[in-house]
Amino acid sequence: MGFLDIRNVTKSYGSVEVLHRVDVAVEEGEFLVLVGPSGCGKSTLLNMIAGLEGISGGEIAIKGRVVNGVHPSKRNIAMVFQSYALYPNMTVGQNMTFGLEMHGVPKPEREEALSRVAKLLQIDHLLDRKPGQLSGGQRQRVAMGRALVRNPDVFLFDEPLSNLDAKLRVDMRTEIKKLHQSLKTTIVYVTHDQIEAMTLSTRIAVMNKGHVQQLGTPKEIYDTPANVFVATFMGSPAMNLVPATVVMEGGVPHAAVTDADGTPRHLRFSQANLAAWAGKPILLGIRPEAITDPEGADRKSANIVALANRVGVTEPAGSDTFVTMQLSGKDIVARMRADALVAPGQVFDFAVNMEKAVAFDPATEERIAP
Amino acid sequence: MSAATQDTAVSTGSFTRAFLYLVLILFALFYLLPLYVMGVNSVKPLTEITGGNMMALPSVWTLEPWRQAWSTAQIGVEPTGLKPYFLNSILMVVPAVAISTIVGALNGYVLTKWRFRGDTWVFGLMLFSCFIPFQIVLIPMAVVLGKLGLAGSVPGLILVHVVYGIGFTTLYFRNYYASFPTELVRAAMIDGAGFFRIFWRILLPVSGPIAVVSVIWQFTNIWNDFLFGVSFGGTSQPMTVALNNLVQSSTGVKEYNVHFAGAILAALPTLLVYIVAGRYFVRGLMAGSVKG
Ligand SMILES: Nc1ncnc2c1ncn2[C@@H]1O[C@H](COP(=O)(O)OP(=O)(O)OP(=O)(O)O)[C@@H](O)[C@H]1O
Ligand SMILES: [Mg+2]
Repeated sequence: MGFLDIRNVTKSYGSVEVLHRVDVAVEEGEFLVLVGPSGCGKSTLLNMIAGLEGISGGEIAIKGRVVNGVHPSKRNIAMVFQSYALYPNMTVGQNMTFGLEMHGVPKPEREEALSRVAKLLQIDHLLDRKPGQLSGGQRQRVAMGRALVRNPDVFLFDEPLSNLDAKLRVDMRTEIKKLHQSLKTTIVYVTHDQIEAMTLSTRIAVMNKGHVQQLGTPKEIYDTPANVFVATFMGSPAMNLVPATVVMEGGVPHAAVTDADGTPRHLRFSQANLAAWAGKPILLGIRPEAITDPEGADRKSANIVALANRVGVTEPAGSDTFVTMQLSGKDIVARMRADALVAPGQVFDFAVNMEKAVAFDPATEERIAP
Repeated sequence: MSAATQDTAVSTGSFTRAFLYLVLILFALFYLLPLYVMGVNSVKPLTEITGGNMMALPSVWTLEPWRQAWSTAQIGVEPTGLKPYFLNSILMVVPAVAISTIVGALNGYVLTKWRFRGDTWVFGLMLFSCFIPFQIVLIPMAVVLGKLGLAGSVPGLILVHVVYGIGFTTLYFRNYYASFPTELVRAAMIDGAGFFRIFWRILLPVSGPIAVVSVIWQFTNIWNDFLFGVSFGGTSQPMTVALNNLVQSSTGVKEYNVHFAGAILAALPTLLVYIVAGRYFVRGLMAGSVKG
């Protein structure tokens, strides 16, 4: 049993079921990120935890207490909304202490909590301003401050950074992570930004169409995605997926692919269990950073396979150079060091780290190896 | 407000501008003419009106017509002046405006933030009530007032006007609150505020502009209403009915100067409301329709 338990929870609007049997247990102090494309039901799930949406089936428990039907204010949760939802007629200070006031906390204690949190978030000079007189980043801080003063069991964040510009978003991301590391509170955080999900979380639930596709640590999600959806959704640029056939050479499974010029190539797998798929088609998944120039290849890898292929397009991006080429009739992307000498149209010797390769069943799109 | 109008104004040459002003001034004079006639004739002795030019300024200035209209003129059979009726109107209009505005605000709040099954139907029916002509409801209303024992009294008139006004006030507040972010209400719920607390602390403080619209609309309508007043007023008739009785009386000489003074007295409160709250009126109407 976890600190926050979501057991077999479903949500229906009329006859339409938008969440299907979601089952997640969150431990105390965890930072769980719900990530997925628009409309997959992330906000709905978060609102159900908050008590703002009814639960159609299953149950949600916080600290062992089932809260289905418990009023939002009695769940000891705090929520930060995408639009910040600051009360426009109240000052920053009043905004932050409104919840305490409603819970009947006496004024001296409210003042104390306010000054503690305001210092923590460095907004103590803004307490007398109205939300309309604040910048986006300051509003964001106030919204977090309002959640923090309550000292809740669980923090709920619904896309709190999506209204900020790119630079501020990165800064605030770091700040939230710092805050979590120092306060060690339990957080459920919704985003559709996979980088936010990877950087912030201790665990990620990847959702699609009302199903949790995979629940795991960022590393598990990234290295061993449960299916094609998770593989392509997490990571930027997305994982390369090419159709291949498993062939056996010297008792070891290989992926049979064709290069840009139509020549057949065999890439040796590290995963022995793929022998069972000999002669069958699979989807071969390789992350862009697993295809490099030979000097840039991972030294620790035991299975670097050379692949000579004709370069399509090169895109220098400052820190890296992205190279697009054809493999088995698909465009794939390789991530090279910035100063790798590759020219379009040239045949280049790429190094493929097959230790990191993933294989999917093309019929079910589920992962079959590793 | 004036800055905003200048920003959006199309720039024109000085000749066009002068022409525009000329036209506008002519229109303004045209509309002010009746007020001028009423004004000058209410401060003349009657002989000057019957014997001379309606447009001329008085040669003898007098406030006697005003005094008479207010306190001694014959209204129906009693020489009471308009004073008691003015009081009736105030006693009717203030609670009626307050109640219908508050109920409209609550309705708008519920219809946008506490939605329930069939709420659009409820709202549709309320909208429908805005289009029912007064005359249709006279008889059923009389029956209801009779049953309630409120016939011919100020509370009866208040009830009639509240019932009739709720459709409009609900429409105003619903449209205004529809653009109010629901996330704020949700945040307040999590903060532990209940139904009325959210209304009182979160929504009401930002409802100023639309409340002004509602108050002006209700005030002018209720103050100027004649039909309900004459039908259900009984012994506590409002100002409009009294003014009619004063002006339409067929006995004795027509004291035009007193009539003019009475008419101005009857129009004064609405004029005052417009002057005090008028600039918010436009702002509130805009806020309801265009966002941002
Ligand atoms: N009141 C409602 N009635 C019917 N369907 C709804 C209602 N609210 C949400 N939905 C549906 O539920 C699904 C999940 O919505 P939700 O808001 O949770 O998506 P989300 O994952 O938060 O997306 P986004 O990233 O765009 O915020 C959507 O398909 C949406 O159309
Ligand atoms: Mg959402």
